[in-house]
Amino acid sequence: MNMRTPLSRVRGLGSAGEGTGHFWLQRLTGIANLLLTIGFVSFVLASLGASHEQFTAQFSNPFTTALLILFITSGVVHMRLGMQVIIEDYVHEEGAKLACLIANTFFCVAVALVGVLSVIQLAVGG
Amino acid sequence: MADTPAKGAASARPLSPHLQIYRPAITMIMSIMHRVTGAALYFGTLILVVWLAAAASSPAAFDTMQWLLGTIVGQLVLFGYTWALFNHMLGGIRHFIWDTGAMLEKATTTRLAWLTLVGSLGLTFLVWVVGYIVWL
Repeated sequence: MNMRTPLSRVRGLGSAGEGTGHFWLQRLTGIANLLLTIGFVSFVLASLGASHEQFTAQFSNPFTTALLILFITSGVVHMRLGMQVIIEDYVHEEGAKLACLIANTFFCVAVALVGVLSVIQLAVGG
Repeated sequence: MADTPAKGAASARPLSPHLQIYRPAITMIMSIMHRVTGAALYFGTLILVVWLAAAASSPAAFDTMQWLLGTIVGQLVLFGYTWALFNHMLGGIRHFIWDTGAMLEKATTTRLAWLTLVGSLGLTFLVWVVGYIVWL
């Protein structure tokens, strides 16, 4: 049996029950994206008009591989949070909102997984 | 609260005005653009993932993607993606500044909004000039 008062259970967490977690993670990944984007844009510029051989050769550098994996994961966490806010702002019907939030997570996980696995495959030359 | 309408019932009370009633201001437009570019980048990640997956799949698949992105339509999409990226990035920096409580004065926010727009266009053109030099 929970002996805590209702107030003590929500104190510091707000009505959503997650406190500043969403806000903080959005800022944290935002800062990461800011730095990683510089590396990512450089990577894309280096890949312009590249043949398959030239493109895959870039992954012999572990920093390139790490950069892309970090960019994808940090970016996906950031965009999932962002889309969640958009959905919560515009989709008011409870069922539709839930469906959108689930689809949002599915989409982001799929993007992250295919992206990261592709990079790993390119890095190990599979 | 005897006169409170039942949940879901239409209320005769006035609602607070929404976007369409205000005269557009640059701060408001750039705020909207931050959300719009964020949503665009969300779906734009598909291009990145398909590109990487194609490279991981086969040289032929990668060549097809490289060709596709090099067409006029492909370049236009990538140009838009570049601008969305920089617009959202500079907009994010603006939010980081505001998070500290600084630069929230009316005149300053207006200047920051213009700076975001001009800066994002400038960075986009810079990257594309460098891109064409590398590519050609």
